[in-house]
Amino acid sequence: MAPSSPTAPAHSRPHEAPGLGARSVHQKPGPDTLLATRDLVIDIPGRAPGAPLELTVDPGQCWGILGPNGAGKSTLLQTLAGLRTARAGTIEVRGQAITRLPRAELARRIGLVFQTHHDGFPATVLETALIGRHPYLRPWDIETSEDYARARAALAEMDLSDLEHRMVDTLSGGERQRLAIATVLTQDPSLLLLDEPTSQLDLHHQVAVLNRVQGIVAQAHRAAVLVLHDVNLAARYCDHLLLLFPDGQACWGPTATMLVPSALERLYNQRLSVGEVDGLPVFLPRNE
Amino acid sequence: MTRAFLLAAAVLLPASLLAVLIALAFGSVAIAPGDLLAVMLGEGSRLHDTLVLELRLPRALAAFAAGGLLGLAGALMQVLLRNPLADPYVLGLSGGASVGALLAMLAGLSMFSVSLAAFAGALLSTVIVFGLAHGTGSWTPTRLLLTGVVVAAGWGAMISFLLAVSPTAELPGMLYWLMGDVSHARNPYPAWILLVLVVFLALPLGRTLNVLARGPMQAAALGVAVRPVEWSIYVAAALITATAVMQVGAVGFVGLIVPHMLRLVFGNDQRVILPASALGGGILLTLADTLARTMIAPEQLPVGVITAMLGVPVFLFLLYRSR
Repeated sequence: MAPSSPTAPAHSRPHEAPGLGARSVHQKPGPDTLLATRDLVIDIPGRAPGAPLELTVDPGQCWGILGPNGAGKSTLLQTLAGLRTARAGTIEVRGQAITRLPRAELARRIGLVFQTHHDGFPATVLETALIGRHPYLRPWDIETSEDYARARAALAEMDLSDLEHRMVDTLSGGERQRLAIATVLTQDPSLLLLDEPTSQLDLHHQVAVLNRVQGIVAQAHRAAVLVLHDVNLAARYCDHLLLLFPDGQACWGPTATMLVPSALERLYNQRLSVGEVDGLPVFLPRNE
Repeated sequence: MTRAFLLAAAVLLPASLLAVLIALAFGSVAIAPGDLLAVMLGEGSRLHDTLVLELRLPRALAAFAAGGLLGLAGALMQVLLRNPLADPYVLGLSGGASVGALLAMLAGLSMFSVSLAAFAGALLSTVIVFGLAHGTGSWTPTRLLLTGVVVAAGWGAMISFLLAVSPTAELPGMLYWLMGDVSHARNPYPAWILLVLVVFLALPLGRTLNVLARGPMQAAALGVAVRPVEWSIYVAAALITATAVMQVGAVGFVGLIVPHMLRLVFGNDQRVILPASALGGGILLTLADTLARTMIAPEQLPVGVITAMLGVPVFLFLLYRSR
């Protein structure tokens, strides 16, 4: 295996931070680990297998997944949620194989916000947030006032209280996205998986959503994994990063060791200018 | 949800009773409310007793059960396909039943065998349509609707062929069957048992179906075992459609109009819509059959003509409004 160099992070040598040559200690799953993958290769039909992933998500961590379009970010997120079968490798949720956990149990531990939302039949905003309680209710149960209170609290956090009775199909793209996040807040899982949660949000709501995620992760036994396209937001809010390269290579580690301009340039196939604002690195595309 | 459920029950249960009473009172001879009450209390005249208890009551109950099954089948298929246009008739299931029934008639079999052949035809058609449209992943609504429409066209061609080669004497009976006809439905009880059974099995599944309506991936992320649930709905919908068609022939559009109307009034909670569709379908077919018996009395119209007259405009309106 070629040693890692600034322009080519070593594939399948994930814990080697790109460009620094320094090895961060490979994290072993501990008793508190929320999610751990072993030699995980995601299944993208018609594509050669990518580098096996050895990720460990511990409580208190906020992971960012960065990569160009089609690198498999969403597929990875859905695989981590147990919605897709992996091509190889295993996923463990708190030490138990994900394939052996009952669906409802899994939905109480892992919540996923999708990139796109399908609303088959007309429904109100409140009804949509309320389906987050589904994993907690038995077949004959009817939502209690507590379930409603949780849904309303989540809507309030996403600035949607006034829209409670609106039909979902009348919402704007950003409002629909905040509603999806409110639904997962109602679901209240230990591990939040968010697929481009801020892609349609205005600046204020981008920051509000990510602050909320940060607040949740600060609670006991919580963690989050976010797919993001904004490197600067990732630099600010994520403590760990996973870079998925278009050729199937991958590398991951603490954010500080991953934000190497040459690696990011290779990641996006785009020259970047680097600056510093408020002590944080800022990356902007360079046009030439 | 509780409020909508109670409201639906408060409106639809009395309406069901009223529909059956109307079916008992009207026909080639109208029976006054006082006389009807007398029959109920066992003090009616001989003529009224025969008319109400032996002729009209079994027919009204058969129409109600078949309508209930068709309404429920429509509501279930609409959740399965996440599309308000799904309906046993539109998806070609009734066409398969018709071909089965016509073949049995052509072979000169008994009315009972004709019903069984219709049941088999409906099941076969369900297997073809849903099997072909399933492909590798989940059912995609567009593919399923297209498959259903094409299969229905195929059945239509076979029906025309069978009518063309049938002896003239058989034609009136065949045409009546094709347009939907309650007059030969005599034993409504198996259909009733199935109706009650499926409603009670569907009720605890209602919230799961609400989540499933948001798409299979979202449902799985919220803890729904998508595959088993989808297959259960599929099997239940096929079974109840076949049973209904066996009773009343190719009656169309009940499964389309009823859930749609009820959604406009009671919202989209499947825990309300499924039982309400059963009652609403029953009410609609009972009233439609009463109309069919009385409009040109003493002659009878096929009940399918009446439901189609209501159903076609509603379907076109829905199609026009859907984006």
